[in-house]
Amino acid sequence: MSASAATRRHVLPGFGVSLGVTLAWLGLIVLVPLAALAIRPWELGVAGVIRTLAEPRVLAALRLSFGAALLATAIAAPLGLLMAWVITRYHFPGRRVLDALVDLPFALPTAVAGLALTALFAPNGWLGVPLAAIGVQVAYTPVGVVVALVFVALPFLVRTVEPVLRDLSPEAEEAAATLGATRPQTIRRVVLPTLWPALLTGFGLGFARAVGEYGSVIFIAGNVPMVSEIAPLLIVTKLEQFDYPAASAIGLAMLLMALLILFGLNLWQRALRRGRA
Amino acid sequence: MTVEVVNVVRRFGATAALEGVSLSLRPGEFAALLGPSGSGKTTLLRILAGLDFPDGGEVRIAGADVAAVPARERGVGVVFQNYALFRHMSVAENVAFGLRVRARAHRPPEAEIQRRVRELLELVQIPELAGRYPEQISGGQRQRVALARALAIEPQLLLLDEPFGALDALVRKEVRRWVRGLHERLGITSILVTHDQEEAMEMADRLAVMEAGRIVQFDTPRALLEAPATAFVAGFLGEATRLLVRIQGRVARASEFGLEDIAVELPDGEALLFLRPHEVRIEPAHAAQGVVRFVRPEGAGGARVLAEIGGRMIEGISTTEPARGDACRIRLLSGTVFHSEGGQFRWQRQEAWATR
Repeated sequence: MSASAATRRHVLPGFGVSLGVTLAWLGLIVLVPLAALAIRPWELGVAGVIRTLAEPRVLAALRLSFGAALLATAIAAPLGLLMAWVITRYHFPGRRVLDALVDLPFALPTAVAGLALTALFAPNGWLGVPLAAIGVQVAYTPVGVVVALVFVALPFLVRTVEPVLRDLSPEAEEAAATLGATRPQTIRRVVLPTLWPALLTGFGLGFARAVGEYGSVIFIAGNVPMVSEIAPLLIVTKLEQFDYPAASAIGLAMLLMALLILFGLNLWQRALRRGRA
Repeated sequence: MTVEVVNVVRRFGATAALEGVSLSLRPGEFAALLGPSGSGKTTLLRILAGLDFPDGGEVRIAGADVAAVPARERGVGVVFQNYALFRHMSVAENVAFGLRVRARAHRPPEAEIQRRVRELLELVQIPELAGRYPEQISGGQRQRVALARALAIEPQLLLLDEPFGALDALVRKEVRRWVRGLHERLGITSILVTHDQEEAMEMADRLAVMEAGRIVQFDTPRALLEAPATAFVAGFLGEATRLLVRIQGRVARASEFGLEDIAVELPDGEALLFLRPHEVRIEPAHAAQGVVRFVRPEGAGGARVLAEIGGRMIEGISTTEPARGDACRIRLLSGTVFHSEGGQFRWQRQEAWATR
């Protein structure tokens, strides 16, 4: 037969063109900028990069960014699960409105969200006043950063868990009940295990979004160096000082750390899937 | 265990799914709930399992009123329509589930659980599948896992909700005989819900035929066939030709479409005449009014024949094998007449040739 593998006809046409376009775009908008990010810091030399990253202010900012993002996603996970549960399992007036409200953080300009949160939690705000009365300050502290990040991470968790929860047949839960399982046992042994992979995906997405979040955080955080200054803000600060290599060094560090965490989540998820198939 | 259902009512909004259903099972009995979809049979099963609750009436299992007993405390094994296996657990873990969720004080030690699981998987003849996941086994095997899982809690009552519906016809026949055999060995009172009359007739000691939220008749398969309580039961069970006839002066006027008139003890009016195929003889005859339309050879020279007479199709048996289009004579041996206003009459031909 004369037709080689390259010219063999596919059932779905257009493979070559679509792959070409995909790769070109991926290269143009993802790989090239990332390459620039990876190359730029080394203008400082290896020692210079290390010195930049070892600065106490940079370390504090990285610690806050990643710590707050992880904590915020960890808070958003059970919260998102609960919201997805309410939306899929119960029928009540206003369910559709609630359903639509979940996506609001996606649509709102993050700066607007940041201003709203700040107004709410400021010492003279609606929530700030009662919280101050019990001695808790949210605005202009790391707590404020976590609050803002929960806000942006939540929809990712709700939207990844929701379809799985919707597909979960009540029969499995009923079967568990007839076999003598209590409600908590059913949730722990039957419902949660089926939701784990989706929950992890949502966790990864929410975390990735939270680490890079800028707009909604900078207003409520107050940006006190060493206390409530996040790494993205520090990058902007460096850029404003025309210290491009230092800015990209911090950026590269964030990129690598985020990549490592997402990769870890991915491995975990694969292990879970292998466990059942 | 005895099961008693007394006057149970269940409403969904304005429509009643069950309208005063009563049923009483003997210990060790295998009963079937048979009816078209929407007749309330699954609702009744769910009420017995404790997954749904009646709006009125009483349910007693082993003599005890279970109205306030939740599903998990009833000790009722359920095999669900689509098996509802736990997909993230191996076959062995599925079977062990009912033992593992027991309160610590009643939970058998791990070695005992393993032993019981092995025993149950041997009972359902799939010990080699213990480590597999539900997605990796066939439909018939899943069915066995679901059964083993339900049996693990040593139920006093076993409920089977259309358990064979998802199997292909060949496997279905084999599996239902096997399930019935298992029932003989274990002696657990069992209730099968199905809309397949053949399945119910073959498996159950007694059948409850349900129509629109009521049990119309509860009896042995034989009694249901020979003495159906209503036209609905007669039509739902077994094959039958249904003919609308007029009764005039104690005679059902089947002669209007070429059959013989039948003497009945019913008042004037409209009625339905039910004829089982074995109650109808179809014989080739020249210059007769019937015409053979379809023939299904039954071996040994006999055949099932669908014949047309006076615009009606009638199914019967023939001792010969006629050809399509042949003229034939249709003779009735017996039949059941249901009057449209209630009341029925069982008619039997008295001549010697028909009573053999």
